Amino acid sequence: MQRNLIAGLALTTALVAPLAASAQTEISWWHAMGGALGEKVDEIVANYNASQDEYHLTATYRGSYTETMTAAIAAFRAGEQPNLVQVFEVGTGTMMAAEGAVYPVYQLMEEHGQNFDPSVYLPAVAGYYTNTDGQMLSMPFNSSTPILYYNKDIFAEAGLDADVAPETWADVEEMSRKIVDSGAAECGFTTGWISWVQLENLSAWHNQPIGTNENGFGSIDSEMTVNGPVQIRHWENLAKWEDEGLFKYGGPGGGADSAPAFYSGECAIYMNSSASRAGVLANTDFDLGLGMLPYYADVEGAPQNSIIGGATLWTLAGASDAQYDGVASFLTYLSSAEVQADWHQFTGYLPITNAAYELSQQQGYYDENPGADIAIKQITLNEPTANSKGLRFGNYVQIRGVIDEEFENLLSGNKTAEEALNDLVERGNSLIADFVEANG
Amino acid sequence: MQTKRTTFRSWWLPYLLVAPQLAITLVFFIWPAGQAVYQSFLREDPFGLSTTWVGLRNYIRLFDSAEYLASFETTVIFTVCTASLSMGLSLLLAVAVDRMIRTASVYTTLVVWPYAVAPAIAGILWWFMFNPSFGILTYVLEMVGYDWNHRLNGEDAMTLVVLASAWKQISYNFLFFVAGLQSIPMSLREAAAIDGAGPVKRFFTVVFPLLSPTTFFLLVVNINYTMFDTFSTIDASTAGGPGQATTILVYKVYEDGVKGLNLGSSAAQSVILMSIVIALTFIQFRFIERRVQY
Repeated sequence: MQRNLIAGLALTTALVAPLAASAQTEISWWHAMGGALGEKVDEIVANYNASQDEYHLTATYRGSYTETMTAAIAAFRAGEQPNLVQVFEVGTGTMMAAEGAVYPVYQLMEEHGQNFDPSVYLPAVAGYYTNTDGQMLSMPFNSSTPILYYNKDIFAEAGLDADVAPETWADVEEMSRKIVDSGAAECGFTTGWISWVQLENLSAWHNQPIGTNENGFGSIDSEMTVNGPVQIRHWENLAKWEDEGLFKYGGPGGGADSAPAFYSGECAIYMNSSASRAGVLANTDFDLGLGMLPYYADVEGAPQNSIIGGATLWTLAGASDAQYDGVASFLTYLSSAEVQADWHQFTGYLPITNAAYELSQQQGYYDENPGADIAIKQITLNEPTANSKGLRFGNYVQIRGVIDEEFENLLSGNKTAEEALNDLVERGNSLIADFVEANG
Repeated sequence: MQTKRTTFRSWWLPYLLVAPQLAITLVFFIWPAGQAVYQSFLREDPFGLSTTWVGLRNYIRLFDSAEYLASFETTVIFTVCTASLSMGLSLLLAVAVDRMIRTASVYTTLVVWPYAVAPAIAGILWWFMFNPSFGILTYVLEMVGYDWNHRLNGEDAMTLVVLASAWKQISYNFLFFVAGLQSIPMSLREAAAIDGAGPVKRFFTVVFPLLSPTTFFLLVVNINYTMFDTFSTIDASTAGGPGQATTILVYKVYEDGVKGLNLGSSAAQSVILMSIVIALTFIQFRFIERRVQY
């Protein structure tokens, strides 16, 4: 009996000892940052883990944005969700409506002892993720905005001034025509993300409403309004330019193949996320020029300001207090000027706090990298209006797909710009109505 | 006809022997299928926080939606094209191998290779060859004066996914056709030849009818393959586009369920798809099988 007791004690000690040695609280984060960005995330996580010994954060790459979000939701249904998940901006509506599944960031920070001041974040960024009461629901992490890239070598070859970026759509058309006619390149311009760049940002940039109720910020029960005259005119032009060979659509998925077309010198101008800069630099040898998005000079109020895309970190419900302490401490670490400035400079994403922007200025980053501040200048060009602070609709992941489909219907000649945009709005509104029904 | 009858000594042994198979069917088919049927009557938010019973509404909405009905048409075109192309080509290859004597095994091995390629990789492969910017086949087509662009042209996109899916299935069909051909007694063909039937006539009057059990089996398998297994090929090559030109039913289930998180509608679509396949298989066995000569 006594021997058994001793053996039992020994066994218990053997089992407990390793636990005691690593009394760190485990916290988990699922993200969608692959490649070079993923390595940078790993570096941030390693630095955070080394900076303190109370918590141990494990970051896991879960594939694309859609895959990461779906995986986290499926995991939530199974009760196996991570503490923190990275969700792209179009998933915001879905996450916000999921009260009970998410733990809003402002509340987390308050209840878990972090000194949290939402005013340090750039309004253009934080505003996208703030509710109508001014409370921040998720933590901005990687935000970007579309800008214009151009190949200076091709510009020079076509006899254009390589130091002048196209400013208006008339410039883009005229320069593209010169480029194609002179044979300097096969196509004038291409673009990533038809939905984000050539519809949502186009609307904001020209101060045109994307939806009712301040683009959906005021209520989930909103409707889309992207079938206005400016949008119809622009899509008509894109279809015409595609026919003339000035523009090249880089589908599928709204422009996934546009990057290679720009890298290879097939197209001279390229519009995509400011965070594509690292990829462009890594894949090209030519002299790169940067500029703001083009606008129609005769539209009143243009250019207004562009809107962001990217992702934020959402805290999910169902973890222990100790884990939430850890998550809150990590979010504070992540928002620090040093970490943010480094992330911004490495990736081309916007600095999410004023402090990080100022630190980058002090470090001389923008002097050494001309054009790297175009994105931030563009989103802060004017005080955002109700039309240009972003958009928030339910089921928007699907609506993005509808936008791509209708754009393809336009280019293939099945529909006119007006028909495509009207159908888009109708299909979008019915998806929003579904969402309202399921969540209302 | 001879029937074999095995007698088990104890009544429970046969049940025990089929139990593992039954368990697998139950866990991996009946249970999820039941779940899908149940979910198709619900409206749920993605996180499963609120669930409402909506009866047949998910179904009614589907049949009201022009996109869903268009997807039916796409599926029919895709299935017919892929199954006939794949079966036709593999029959041709199998007949060719059947006539060979020395190099048949090398040739067989080569034809079977594509079967080992994962569907997603097959999709990427064809996407690469037909890429409008740098694809080699696009380049060749351009030389003969055809401007290939599957990003904008729905017919080009359909051709691409049919080619990729059919190519993937050729190996499988080929193996069965070769085996089927080899089981046809040489004496029958020789007799026909002596009676003066040429090779074409011999094939259509002797070989093909005797091959009908194999052809029938492959028809069932191929239709199931095109309706379910081609998903990853489509995802990797056209992602259902342009517009919805290559969005077949199973791809729409994925788009609405996994991407759109609209679980009720996605479940309803799965149930419809499941019923179609069950009905098709039933019709095939009930009516076509009668004309099959075993």
